[in-house]
Order: sequence, then C-alpha cells, then structure tokens
Amino acid sequence: MGALWETLVDPFSYQFFVKGFLAASLAGALCGLLGVFITLKGMSYIGHGLSHAIFGGYAAAPLLGIPILLGAGLWGLASALAINAVARTRRIGADAAIGVVTTASFALGVALLTRFGNKGPAFDSLLFGSINGVAWVDLWLLVGVLVGAIAVFTVLYRQLLFTTFDPDVAAVSGVNVARMDTILMIVLSMSILATLSIIGVTLVAATLVIPAVVARMLTDSFGRMLWLSTLIGTVCGAVGMYLSYHLEIPSGTTIVLVNAFVFLVVLLATRGRGLSRTAGMDDHTDASSTAISVPMPRA
Amino acid sequence: MTDPLIALDGVGFTYGGAPVLRDVSYVVEPGQFTGIVGPSGSGKTTLLRLLLGSLKPSRGRVVRGPGLAVSYVPQLETVNWNFPVTVADCVIMSRKPTRLIPRPTRTERAEVAEVLERLGIADLAARHIRELSGGQQQRMFLARALIRRPSLLLLDEPTSGVDVQTRHEVLHLLDDLNRDGLAIVLTTHDLNGMAAHLPHLLALHHTVIASGTPAEVIVPSVVEQVFGARMEILQHLGLPLVVDSAEGVDSPRRAV
Repeated sequence: MGALWETLVDPFSYQFFVKGFLAASLAGALCGLLGVFITLKGMSYIGHGLSHAIFGGYAAAPLLGIPILLGAGLWGLASALAINAVARTRRIGADAAIGVVTTASFALGVALLTRFGNKGPAFDSLLFGSINGVAWVDLWLLVGVLVGAIAVFTVLYRQLLFTTFDPDVAAVSGVNVARMDTILMIVLSMSILATLSIIGVTLVAATLVIPAVVARMLTDSFGRMLWLSTLIGTVCGAVGMYLSYHLEIPSGTTIVLVNAFVFLVVLLATRGRGLSRTAGMDDHTDASSTAISVPMPRA
Repeated sequence: MTDPLIALDGVGFTYGGAPVLRDVSYVVEPGQFTGIVGPSGSGKTTLLRLLLGSLKPSRGRVVRGPGLAVSYVPQLETVNWNFPVTVADCVIMSRKPTRLIPRPTRTERAEVAEVLERLGIADLAARHIRELSGGQQQRMFLARALIRRPSLLLLDEPTSGVDVQTRHEVLHLLDDLNRDGLAIVLTTHDLNGMAAHLPHLLALHHTVIASGTPAEVIVPSVVEQVFGARMEILQHLGLPLVVDSAEGVDSPRRAV
C-alpha cells in the first residue's frame, strides 16, 4: 500500500511535474470554458486552423529575434483577425480561404524549423504537447489568459449568448455582433497560444470541443454548460497530465484520450439522450460555413 | 398629425450586381398593421431588413423617426431549437444588461415574468425551448421582442411552417398587440391564411405593385403580377379567397 501511494504521489515531488500539472489543469479549464462558445458557434474548424497558424509564429519568432511568446502571440492575433475578416465576407469560400491561410502558416513553420533548425520549444512538443515544456512564464500566461477570458465572458455574457444563439436578431437588437466575434477570436487566439506547449498544435481543437460537447450532453442550460465544461476540461487536463508522466506519452495525447474516455462514459450513461441534445449543436440561422455572423439579405 | 416611424423614399437594393428592390417608397405609420406579400425571391425579407436597418439601401433613403425602437421576430424555421437555453434565458437576452455580472436583476426577472404572463406562457419560463409547441415558440419570440418595449415590431414569415391552429393563435396575438398601439409589419407569402386577414397589405415584386386593404390588393391583376400566375379571387365570409385558376392548367387527372 505504502509503495503504491509513493508511486502515486511521486510525480508531485518534481517541480517540473507540478508546473505541468497546474498548467494542464488551467489549460483544460480555459479550453473547456471557451469551447462552449466555439462549439455552439460552429467555430471548431477555426480553432483547429488557428492553432496551425500560430505554429508558424512559433517557428518564425526566434529567427526574427523576437521573443517566442510575443512573436507567436502577434502572429496568432493577426491570423485570428484575418480569419475573422475573411469569414465575415462571403465573396469567397470562407472555409477554403481559412484552410489555405492556416495550413500555409503551418507549412511555413515546418519549413523554417527544418531549414534553420529549432531555436524555440521542441518540434514534437509543439505538435503534441509536453510535460517538460512548461516554464513559469507559460503558467503565468495561462493564468492571465484564463482570468481575462472569465472577465470577458462575465461582463459580456448576455451579448455573447445572444450573438451565439441568434446573431441576426442580436445585430438588430443593439448588440455589436462584429465586435463580439472579434473579441471571441482574440480570446481564442490567446488561449491557443497559452495552451499550445501543453496540448500541442494538432490536439488543441479536441480540448476545445470535447468538454463542451460532454457538458451539452449533460445539461440544457447554457449557464450550467459553461461551468460543467470548465470543470470537465480541468479534470481531464489534470488526469491527462498525470497519466502522461506515468505512461511516458506526450501530454496532449493523454489529455485528449482522457477527454474521449469521459465522452464515451457520458454517452453510455445517458443512453443516447445526451447525444440527441448535441444534434445540430452548431446549427445557425446564417448559412456561413464558418458560423461567424454575417447579416445577409435574403430576397 | 403624428410623425411616421420609418419612411422609405425611392429605395433600391442591389446584391452582387442583381437588383433585389427598385424604387420602393413606403411609410410606416404609428399603429399600422401591414403585411408585405409576395413570393419567394420578391424582395420581402430585404425590405424588412431595410426597415430594420440591418441593410443600407443602394439607392434612395430610409428615414427613421427619432429614438425609434424596433424589434424583430425571425422565422421559426431558422432557429436552432437545440440550443441550450430556457424560455426565460431567451427572453432576457434581448434586454440590455444593467450590471457587469450575468445574473439578471430583480427588476429584469420581474419584466420577464410580466411579458411572459402577458403572452400566456408564464408557466413555461423554465422549459427548454425545444419543448415548446409552434404557437408557444412564436409567443416566446414575441416576448423577447416586446421586452425591449418597441414601437414597431417586424416579423419575417411568422406563420411559415406552422399548423392552422398556431396560425390563428399568432394572428389573434398580433391583432391584440396592434390594438394596444404597437405598429406591426410582417412578411408573408400566404394570401389566404394570413394576408387576407390583415388590415393593410403591400404587394411586392422587386417594387411595390399595390398597397391598400386586402380587398384592394388581392385582386386578379395584382396577384398575377406579383406571383406570376393567373388565379381566381372568390369572396368567402367577406374576405378575398385566392384559388388556382383552372384555365390553362393541365390537371394530372385530366391528362390521364
């Protein structure tokens, strides 16, 4: 019993694990909270694309002599605003344009890292997350973004809810829908930036989506969905990081697998009732493929 | 004489090079109850959006009365009924928040209760929106519109896709609201079930073809011009009743 307990608590004797554990929990909470808006607005694809775009910034920043977080942050912000602008115009296929921009940015990142070598976080860590990659600055960045996200969602709760549910009517009821979309994109880009070293480029979209979908399976209330999704994200992040240490698997992978396991358990426990709640979860009045609200004339 | 709520003067709207509306002049007066009638693609929704202010005209001008409060009720068919909100959540979301935390104030909760009571769905406040009938859904959106205390209510095809009983409910409800002084403009392509029962109509086919009472607008020449098909107009209980003209139509039964 004593040996088992020692094995269980052993990782907490290492500072790098404690930092990783805290960071994974905070990253899970942040993705869980934000994921509610992302999934209900049908922006999961944008989250996935944006994480790939930010990868380009990670690779380019050291080569340009800019601190990585600043460079990747600015790159992410510019990508988010560009995607937002592209998505709001329907003159070209928005999803195709976003696909081109984000994958090109990702490819540029891979090309830069291959040609000039890696001067920032390890390549594998950026793709799949790492338990070793967490510095104090990452932890403080996560705390800052999480506090900022909570503040934004608290103060703009009603406007964001209205914009997410019914953007057309929100726009004519005095809500600045374009501003809400932009704010959400900024929070999304900052969240991806803050969680990338823990969860990784390729897996961050799953941590945005799964906790929110599981929460939706459990409740019909938007308010409850917000805190449930945050809680599920936190627990999955913590458990995933813990398993990452023992199984020696990249942290992003174990966090996503724990999320998927929770999804399966809830699916079986709710016997399909939960799944029916998620049907058409991101349906929108607007036909925009990216679900960013664009008031359009219908003849 | 009271000032008009909205005046459209020679308004045109072009989308992607194609003219959707041309030379539309129309005035919405206080207390008016108007149905904009026309087939799909005739520009009804575009005209509604110009009145709302969500579209700007390509030509002409739209003059809105000072401090005009307009509320909008969308088509039921365009709503995501699986969205995780209750009836009360849905109603309160259109009211501008008065403090920095999400929880509604006591005054706001009282206002929601009052408007739900007025529309006869007070007992449904905690229900998920998916659990409502068609008539209840329409009442909920009316409640969401009314909590903003508008002087003009705009509705896009309020009886589209609903059953006969719901259509009657909605008509009576709108009539009651109009009698209380609320100006209402709605779009509809349903001549018999909706338009014929309204006090004032505007027949639209990219421009205003006719306006007036149903007896003045629902006449063969206007209906043919607007809907592009010849139809007969009968009189039933004092209301015009549009039926397909048998003339020139090959019935499948006759063709056998």
